[in-house]
Amino acid sequence: MRVLFFMLCALLSLAAAAQRLSGATFMGPSTQAMQRDDSLNPAMLWVKEGETAWRRSDEGNGKSCASCHGDAERAMRGVAARYPAFDAQAGRPINLGQRINQCRVRQQAAALAPESDALLSLESYIALQSRGMPAAAPDDARLQPFLERGQARWQQRMGQLNLSCAQCHDQRWGQRLGSSIIPQAHATGYPIYRLEWQAMGSLQRRLRNCLSGVRAALYPAGSPELVELELYLAHRARGMEMEAPAVRP
Amino acid sequence: MARTLIKLPATARRGEVIEIRTLISHPMETGYRPGADGQVLPRNIIRRFSCRYNGELVFSAELFPAIAANPNLIFHTVATESGKLTFTWEGDNNFAQTESADITVTA
Repeated sequence: MRVLFFMLCALLSLAAAAQRLSGATFMGPSTQAMQRDDSLNPAMLWVKEGETAWRRSDEGNGKSCASCHGDAERAMRGVAARYPAFDAQAGRPINLGQRINQCRVRQQAAALAPESDALLSLESYIALQSRGMPAAAPDDARLQPFLERGQARWQQRMGQLNLSCAQCHDQRWGQRLGSSIIPQAHATGYPIYRLEWQAMGSLQRRLRNCLSGVRAALYPAGSPELVELELYLAHRARGMEMEAPAVRP
Repeated sequence: MARTLIKLPATARRGEVIEIRTLISHPMETGYRPGADGQVLPRNIIRRFSCRYNGELVFSAELFPAIAANPNLIFHTVATESGKLTFTWEGDNNFAQTESADITVTA
């Protein structure tokens, strides 16, 4: 009996794991093809720019990302899969874009504006180095309170429509919201090229998009609230394949 | 300078049909959309694309406001001889960009 129970548990957890689907599975075949092929994926324009920026010194002091980190293909491998991560100096988790800016300010140049093409380019170039690897949100005890807050926010109803993230993305994924299919919201492909935006955008832009969709007050870009949500999503997608830079409809 | 991505085979046999893929970063602003301040944004699109193979025009296209940002054009040509393919995008606000790629054709 006991053995049977454990087997059932194992089966159920397997089924739950198998049910985690990337946003790409909900897209049409032409959009999927666009993401699969680097010569069709417009995000590669940003990646190319990021590759140049990695080796370029912005303030004429001769310092670039490459002068400390060297070859991004080796040095940045798997890095994007581990963010957001705890930053001791800030005393809270920061995302990849904030980490890039922190490094720039410390070492070489001025911070890049959030959501700017310059920052998205570097982010997408670094994220590309983790493509195909499993999402590996860190097991860091210091992150625990932030993770809990992120999870609470995920389940909290908000906005004039009084909806939580979980009501759509955990409970009604696969159904339609208007004409679009609700995905499971696993953030494994960010930054993404979104056809609706006709441009590249970060996870925070996407989160703010959803917030305005339920007519909630928007958390400002770069705010700790958004990073906590990102952190929760990163833990939720643990083990899934990183696919940045992804294309989304 | 707009960023571009061009993909074509580096080598081909004579007479072989080759596929060429081009992607360029461009907003393709239609001229019909209001901006954040409510004013209509002026049109800013690529009007014409052309591809020359050793100087000979092998493909050209006219582009219009309904075409999405970062236009992706895929076309074919016959590999005739080794040489250079040049790609030119021209558009509003004197936008003009030329890129080139080499191809080696074997007998």
